[in-house]
Amino acid sequence: MPSTKGIWKVITASSVGTLIEWYDFYIFGSLSVIISQKFFPHTNPTAALLSTLATFAAGFIVRPFGALVFGRLGDLIGRKYTFLLTLVLMGGSTFLIGCVPSFDSIGYLAPILVLLLRLLQGLALGGEYGGAATYVAEHAPSNRRGFYTSWIQTTATLGLFVSLGVILSIRRIVGVEEFTNGNGWRYPFLLSILLVVVSIFIRLKMNESPLFSKLKAEGKTSTNPLKESFGKKQNFKMVLLALFGATMGQGVVWYTSQFYAQNFMLTVCKIEYEQANTIIGIALLAATPFFIIFGHLSDKFGRKNIMLAGMLLGVATYFSIFGQLKSISDPARKTVDKVLVEGGKQISHFTDGSVLTETIDKAGAFSITLGSSGQWAITGWVFIMVLFVTMVYGPIAAFLVELFPTKIRYTSMSLPYHIGNGVFGGLVPFIGVLISTLPGATALSGLWYPVGVAALCFVIGALYLRNRIDSNVND
Amino acid sequence: MKQVKRSLGILWMLIAPVILFLLFAGAFTYIDPDGTKEINQPVPWIIIISIFAPIAIGLFVFGWYALKGEYDALPEHSDEI
Repeated sequence: MPSTKGIWKVITASSVGTLIEWYDFYIFGSLSVIISQKFFPHTNPTAALLSTLATFAAGFIVRPFGALVFGRLGDLIGRKYTFLLTLVLMGGSTFLIGCVPSFDSIGYLAPILVLLLRLLQGLALGGEYGGAATYVAEHAPSNRRGFYTSWIQTTATLGLFVSLGVILSIRRIVGVEEFTNGNGWRYPFLLSILLVVVSIFIRLKMNESPLFSKLKAEGKTSTNPLKESFGKKQNFKMVLLALFGATMGQGVVWYTSQFYAQNFMLTVCKIEYEQANTIIGIALLAATPFFIIFGHLSDKFGRKNIMLAGMLLGVATYFSIFGQLKSISDPARKTVDKVLVEGGKQISHFTDGSVLTETIDKAGAFSITLGSSGQWAITGWVFIMVLFVTMVYGPIAAFLVELFPTKIRYTSMSLPYHIGNGVFGGLVPFIGVLISTLPGATALSGLWYPVGVAALCFVIGALYLRNRIDSNVND
Repeated sequence: MKQVKRSLGILWMLIAPVILFLLFAGAFTYIDPDGTKEINQPVPWIIIISIFAPIAIGLFVFGWYALKGEYDALPEHSDEI
């Protein structure tokens, strides 16, 4: 059994690298509007096509593909070197995105290069998570596996938080003009190389997973992990169960509570950009410890019960919570104190401290900066939604690790995770928009997709999954 | 409980083609060469359908396994896998 000192080194080495990978992946998404202007001008059809490919292919095709490629590698050569490779790939791609000259400078080569680098990012992310989760779980004592692996689970949310923090900080330091029209937007990408070098240094000092080393010494590693994972019915049925009974519900709750909420605040509630991101940032930071708490609780009460409770809460409350976000930010529900006209803008001050800024020459272009009470009320609702994320996501690494045998664990757990998280979760914004354009749809109609998927996953999980904690993953 | 698990297998098998139908119907409805939104472009739909088709087949297989009683009892040890 590993010593406590040993396990914390393992967790640090794994978590820092995974956090950096999430940071790298998110900054592209967070800066997509600026990137689109620099590399994918929408007036150019070819560039616009490449932009769409960069958005969709990286998340939906390449991530599961990366799970297969690196999962296989991890089960063949080991966990340590595989997730070291994904880190180098991710850090290098992110840094290079920051170096690519704009469309105006080098023409079509610019969007092609950015697309290729984005695909490499997706590939690397697909391989990273399974390796990190497996690596930590295979070092952890059986009675605290949920607790120790939950540290890895904090990294996705912390990565989002760090990416928002870095972007907002650099935006303030260099100024909005330099950030959007100059080179300021490149700094978050360039910064990645420093973070990755530090993480590689830490990971290089780590040893291979003891369970994998033992398996390798005994000559019992898999010779064809893909065939054994998906070609054998006994294992393939568990892959399907993991996907439809756990990860697809987890994925939609994860995206709805964080990204859909962020997008909803910006596009439906029209909350001012910095305030909306600050709300998300505070909620993420406040909820992050609960990944650990629910991971710890899963060691006592089982993984299934906690994950399904999070899904059920999302299903039961999403409509009312998003309704609250809309209601709190609705200017029509506020009392006007005074109205000023400055520099082509009409600025309405409300009695609750909120400020509505409307551009006079463009009908409908407005944003609202909420007063303190409104801001904190929305922060509270988003915090509650992120709590659902911590419930579904905190225990899931331990759950997936315990579902599959050591020799094909990396491959078997990576694919359902990335289909659930990347495909089902990643499609929340697109399908949300799709549903909201249907006749008779309201601003909340887009929620039917995540609610429907989470409800289906809840039923399947409740019926078919077992709540037992597998004490022996050394098999 | 075993009977419920098995019977619901039929439902999972039925959901799979419904998902595919909805995706194709959505693509035919929304793809519009004159449209300016992402939803009007064919590429997202091609990607989504090509990735969801195997997932829907997976759901069908899951339903089939459920119907055949494969999930009546889950394996206790890895040597059963």
